[in-house]
Amino acid sequence: MTCAIHSGNDNPLTLLQIDNLKTFFHSRRGLAKAVDGVSLQVDEGEVVGIVGESGCGKSVLALSILKLLPMPPAFFEDGRILFMGQDLLASSREALMGIRGNRISMIFQEPMTALNPVFTVGNQLAEVFRVHRGLERTEALRKAVDMLARVGVPAPERRVKEYPYQLSGGMRQRVMIAMALACRPALLLADEPTTALDVSIQAQILELMMELKAELNTAILLITHDLGVVAEATRRVAVMYTGRIMEEALTVDLFDRPLHPYTRGLMASIPRADAGFESGSLNEIKGGVPSVAALPAGCHFEPRCPEAMDICRTRPPRLETVDDGHRVACWRVGHA
Amino acid sequence: MARYILKRLWHTVYVVVGISIISFFFIHLSGDPVMLMLPPDATKAEVEALREQLGFNDPLYVQYWRFASRAAMGDLGSSLYHRVPAIDLILERLPASLELAGAAMLIALVVSIPLGVVSAVKRGSIWDIGSMLGALFGLSMPHFWLGIMLILLFSVTLGWLPTSGRGTLAQLVMPSLALGLSLMAMFARLTRSVMLEVLSQDYVRTARSKGLREKIVIGKHALKNALIPLVTVAGMQFGFLIGGTVIIETVFAWPGVGRLVVQAIFSRDYPLVQAAVLVLAVIFVAVNLLVDLIYLYLDPQISYLEQT
Repeated sequence: MTCAIHSGNDNPLTLLQIDNLKTFFHSRRGLAKAVDGVSLQVDEGEVVGIVGESGCGKSVLALSILKLLPMPPAFFEDGRILFMGQDLLASSREALMGIRGNRISMIFQEPMTALNPVFTVGNQLAEVFRVHRGLERTEALRKAVDMLARVGVPAPERRVKEYPYQLSGGMRQRVMIAMALACRPALLLADEPTTALDVSIQAQILELMMELKAELNTAILLITHDLGVVAEATRRVAVMYTGRIMEEALTVDLFDRPLHPYTRGLMASIPRADAGFESGSLNEIKGGVPSVAALPAGCHFEPRCPEAMDICRTRPPRLETVDDGHRVACWRVGHA
Repeated sequence: MARYILKRLWHTVYVVVGISIISFFFIHLSGDPVMLMLPPDATKAEVEALREQLGFNDPLYVQYWRFASRAAMGDLGSSLYHRVPAIDLILERLPASLELAGAAMLIALVVSIPLGVVSAVKRGSIWDIGSMLGALFGLSMPHFWLGIMLILLFSVTLGWLPTSGRGTLAQLVMPSLALGLSLMAMFARLTRSVMLEVLSQDYVRTARSKGLREKIVIGKHALKNALIPLVTVAGMQFGFLIGGTVIIETVFAWPGVGRLVVQAIFSRDYPLVQAAVLVLAVIFVAVNLLVDLIYLYLDPQISYLEQT
């Protein structure tokens, strides 16, 4: 199963193509299908969002791309991940090490725990230059200072000698971004990069990422549960639920015309400033996310879906293209 | 930094005074040395005369004050049994104890850290199971039995190593091995569990995401974090090793402090026991200070400067 080619840019080149990826985990409660048949494409320089609740498999998807999951318990049941034509899942360890932090890099949700507490910021940043550019210690450290300045860290010469605990959350995330973009990667995997930060800092960090993206033409796979971030930063977005993509569209289309009941539920649950709580405007999706070890046989969203039909209970809907790059997995849409 | 060290050394004084009080009173609960010093047929008057001469008839706090004020001048009293200054006896034995403890610690650390790291990294493998079984075996073996087995194998059967004594490197091998093996087992298990914890941390994943070799991810990013608890335990154990190796010292006729103290306790040689307790306490505190200084290198979040 391949995904549709999206128009929009002038003949963009496919950078990353994920085909029918299945990342499963052996767990005590049985097989956990964290990513279950996801197909997705990211073009050069494109920002693609993956949105969904916690536990929907969006982080596992990102970690699968760089094979950063602990194996076992994780394993790839099926699928392939093509990066510039090279199948990452079939690549050797050596080949992967050349790609990680160099062509594809990653930033994580928690900047405090993602940086090593016992090494200086400069040491950790310079490492990337030493490994991928073969620079000497002093030269790498000089580059690290440059990079810190570029991501807006004040007094970078002093900051390189500091330890992560001496930096604020926003500064740490800037350091992570500097580390990730040091080698001008073609693809950045950003796993909830702003979630752990203060609201005022969130906007700054997002803005910084967008600036650097424009400068370096780095494509970004932006993983978030925040539809506001999606609306602001992405060109295209995929909505994930229990390991599957429920809907995928250009971001403007998705907000304009959400087709999947889950997407509509997500959008309705965003608190609105123009309506008070008294009016009952804070909607939520009824029920909870089912455990990935005990999923319904049909559509995974069926137990919580206000529009469920009989067929939803028994057969999972396929992800069908509705029109121009808008794909939905729902029996109500496009299966007529 | 120097201020911090000075401050810590000043704290040592409190610790030593506290320990001297506690140990002084406990030692005097243990029995009457006069009965052991005199022949069994000594008269009551002779016993009384000796008690008076040694000051044992004074109240305990007077006796302590006498001891403490002399000790402050560097005089820890003379051994009742050996009839020489207690401190001389201890200092004479101390190098042997330090040598044995140091060698045992070195052997234990050099072997156990790589073993624990490999076990953690290759969790569940034959390596892991094998070395952890070995560690359990090492922990379960009593020192004296291990010592005797070593003598049987290397001295009696193979004739490679001398059975006892101190002076040559060959004589150091078996006692330090016998002492180091259980430490080795303990450190290997500790390293493994700490490494498992560290390896699941986000910064290890970050290190991998940067494209670092596994050797650097483990040997640099993970290990430095794992060393912190290891240094704590190693420091404590080293303190215990100085005075607590009586069994090994006995098996291998090693002239250490441990045996001296045990003999002193049996002969109710108060001044010698008291002096030994004080010297060991000072060593213990010094090792602790050293451990705290190593923390400073390992964990940048620990800063002693602000507190001083």
